[in-house]
Amino acid sequence: MSVGAIFFAVCSVICVVGALSVVLARNPIRGAVGLLATIVGIAGLFLRLDAQFLAAIQLIVYAGAVVVLFVFVVMLLGPSAGFTSKAEARSKVSRIFAGGLMALLGALMLVLLAPKNPQKFGAAAEGHGSIEAVGGLIFTEGLPVFELVTALLIVAVIGAIAVARTQPGQRKPARVENPTLRLFHGPLLPRDAERPLSKAPAAQADPGGGMIPPTSLGKEQA
Amino acid sequence: MALDLVVEHYVLLSGLIFLIGAVGFVTRRNVLVQLMSIELMLNSVNLALVAFNRQHGGAMNGQMFAFFVIAVAAAEVAVGLAIVLQFYRLRATVNSDEADGLRH
Repeated sequence: MSVGAIFFAVCSVICVVGALSVVLARNPIRGAVGLLATIVGIAGLFLRLDAQFLAAIQLIVYAGAVVVLFVFVVMLLGPSAGFTSKAEARSKVSRIFAGGLMALLGALMLVLLAPKNPQKFGAAAEGHGSIEAVGGLIFTEGLPVFELVTALLIVAVIGAIAVARTQPGQRKPARVENPTLRLFHGPLLPRDAERPLSKAPAAQADPGGGMIPPTSLGKEQA
Repeated sequence: MALDLVVEHYVLLSGLIFLIGAVGFVTRRNVLVQLMSIELMLNSVNLALVAFNRQHGGAMNGQMFAFFVIAVAAAEVAVGLAIVLQFYRLRATVNSDEADGLRH
């Protein structure tokens, strides 16, 4: 195997292990580190693909900003950031979805890895992927998009500040003050079965008192 | 046997990372992990873009697109994490199942 193939193999293993640890880790800090590994691996692959400028941008923006932002938020939220629900481990839908996607990828692999005449990468042009070349392209052909992206970034920064600084009102969304609304508060989902509907109506619950009990309503619909 | 790298290898790796990200986004209930899965998917798309761009050498439009994708992803993370913070202040949890204020 050539040096390039070994480099590709190492980078792809780093990427896949990092991606798996993002999805599987219970502690989101480990997930963030896995994301970092994936990003570094992809930056290495960018280098191999003659995209030096993008590799640098990838490391600066993703590893330098995005992952740090994630770690900040995880630290800010404290232990409750490591939430894992018991339902997600035994959800049948997610298994079916994952299996279906795996099958799809397997089919894709069969199609992709059996090309009749695989087209090797030709020699890269002089300065392919350099800052001068990509920057020149961005400021000529991509200038309208570039301007739009600057506007998007400004809006995103202002929006993030506005969203994060606004204090949420102390009131929780009032759910069942209205007795008419209570009719529609049956446990539509099984996970809501034990959840208290609200404080006030639960205290004065009278099953025979003219109000349809929410459990029977749920059964009728099912 | 010398393994010659072709664009298919990169696309396969990209597809695998995208798949892991998609499964993570759908199966996990932690909003932070879901956001990280979105980042995984965006990264894998960037990898495919750059690989195809390398195959059709000469023009560098694929790299330009990947650059813009990175910029949009950064904006998305900033707003998304702000929303996560606000959601946590409201509900004191990061369970995405709790974000049901618009139900009914």
